[in-house]
Amino acid sequence: MTDTRIACSEYMTPEKSLTDIKPIKANPHRGKSSRSSAWYAAKVSFRRHWQLYLILLPAVLYFIIFKYVPLTNAVIAFKDYNVIQGIWGSPWVGLKHFSAFFDNPVFWTLIQNTLGLSLYALIVGFPLPIILAIFLNEIKDGLFKRAVQMITYAPYFISTVIMVSMVILLLSPRLGVLNLGLQAIGAKTVNFLGIPDAFPTIYVWSGVWQYSGYSAIVFLAALAGVDPQLYEAAKMDGASRLQKIFNIDLPGIMPVIVIVLILNVGSILGIGFEKVFLLQNPLNLSTSEVISTYVYKVGLLNANFSFATAVGLFNSIVNMILLVAVNQFAKRVSDTSLW
Amino acid sequence: MVKVKSLRPRRIRESFTDKIFLIVVYAFLTVVLLIVLYPLVYVFSASISSPLAVSSGRVWLLPVDFSLRGYQVALSNPQIITGYANSIYYTFFGTLVSVVLTVLAAYPLSRRNLFGRNIVMFFITFTMIFSGGLIPTYLVVKQLGMIDTRWALIIPGAVAAWQVIIARTFFQQSIPDDLVEAAELDGCSDLNFLWQVVFPLSKPIIAVLALMYAVSQWNAYFDALIYLKSASMQPLQLVLRSILILNTTASGSMDAQTMIERQQLADLLKYTLIVVGSLPVLIMYPFVQRYFVKGMLIGSIKG
Repeated sequence: MTDTRIACSEYMTPEKSLTDIKPIKANPHRGKSSRSSAWYAAKVSFRRHWQLYLILLPAVLYFIIFKYVPLTNAVIAFKDYNVIQGIWGSPWVGLKHFSAFFDNPVFWTLIQNTLGLSLYALIVGFPLPIILAIFLNEIKDGLFKRAVQMITYAPYFISTVIMVSMVILLLSPRLGVLNLGLQAIGAKTVNFLGIPDAFPTIYVWSGVWQYSGYSAIVFLAALAGVDPQLYEAAKMDGASRLQKIFNIDLPGIMPVIVIVLILNVGSILGIGFEKVFLLQNPLNLSTSEVISTYVYKVGLLNANFSFATAVGLFNSIVNMILLVAVNQFAKRVSDTSLW
Repeated sequence: MVKVKSLRPRRIRESFTDKIFLIVVYAFLTVVLLIVLYPLVYVFSASISSPLAVSSGRVWLLPVDFSLRGYQVALSNPQIITGYANSIYYTFFGTLVSVVLTVLAAYPLSRRNLFGRNIVMFFITFTMIFSGGLIPTYLVVKQLGMIDTRWALIIPGAVAAWQVIIARTFFQQSIPDDLVEAAELDGCSDLNFLWQVVFPLSKPIIAVLALMYAVSQWNAYFDALIYLKSASMQPLQLVLRSILILNTTASGSMDAQTMIERQQLADLLKYTLIVVGSLPVLIMYPFVQRYFVKGMLIGSIKG
């Protein structure tokens, strides 16, 4: 006990100096290059806090093994991977798989479907939560407000499998409520999920149903942070509710809107696999096949590992470029950005 | 004088356009509420109706011919019982591993004087922007010999970068630097400090992390789809997929005498399974939703 006490207090002084980098008198490396003082800082930090590094280690290993090793495994996109020769032993083939993908007629269909779904989802799914949040912010606190919030947030917790099952059931030609309604008015029943052109609408609006309440939370929190004095001042000037929304609410939450928009645009080619895959059927495949489902089918079902990795890599790279570009753009235009 | 005069009438009187606007707001929110509520009520009603009523399309809002036949069948189906047990297993152990790893990573990264923490933070955040993709990750799991083992659902998705960021932000805000220094003066080691001071102060963030991980683990099906082959290890979501989406009828335990009755039960079972599958999460929901809101808000401070 006494030992640790001495050991700890001994390091107190250099420790303080570390936070503002400048070495103090006790530092033997005073006056030397910044590199050696950084080295010194690392050594002191490591000796003092080895326990912290130790508990950090498992997570670091996790990220190396499950996130960074896959990054190096992605070299098989430039090789003809086979199990016998392994990842590093398989022969290099350069950009063969990439050009095979670009020349494949399915390429443009995939891009069109993926971009189409994303843009549709963005145009509908982005403004609705903002409107929901602003409207919720307009009404008095009370049972109704809390009920709307609680209930619109609930579908977020439903799993993708169950969500898709509900969509299939509700749209089913035999049992679905929508078709029962059509029958009741004497119209013919429709197999909605079998119509390729209906797929984007089903995908996007079921997503809106599931996620709008959840997405609104961030905007509601931002609205709660708007300076109340602004509303007081507006009230004095006799501003109408709409004027308050356009002149106080929207400018007040603009930074949050921009951030959410950047994230949305940045993942525009990253249509999630889970929901599209479950909603797919042979009839709607012409509009429902997106990059991620294609990668799964070509890669894991047909065991064409190299080609599928090339497609996936292309997708990741485009996504990253988009995110960086949108972020730079937002920085220029609005002074708000992710980094 | 002027001020007082202009203040009073405006506070009382909502202008005409404001009234109209408020009506529009209430109407919009009511419509939203009904649209969100309807499918939930409908599915629940169908699940407690009789097989015949469901199959003949007589249920559209409220239960018709109340019956618990669907639940009886669902809960006596071995596939579903196994799926349920597996899902509980994966959710429990998955959440445990995830929370422990996340907290142990986030706390050191929240310490301002820890050398190299920014580099580590960058490496973790980068994985959110760029990934090797499906196949390269699958190959890693395969190399580790985890394919078709329970590990595959617990380890490869154990730590989410986003949750690390949330937990780190929490620690930075709620553990004052002075406290750390005072503990150091008293000769308290980093681990002792973590155990005796930080943990008791971090119950809220641990709850947030545990709930977020638990819900996503309970709802996940993709990892099971690609990593598991044996039916005995499948989580509930995958069982539900095969019955609800792929339409493989859950036979075996069904003691149906005729084909018609079998078909009616199969129809009913779909509604029942939707309720059974989301019940654990939806029962917890009213109590835990504030934790999710909290987690989201902590996250958005950083974002």
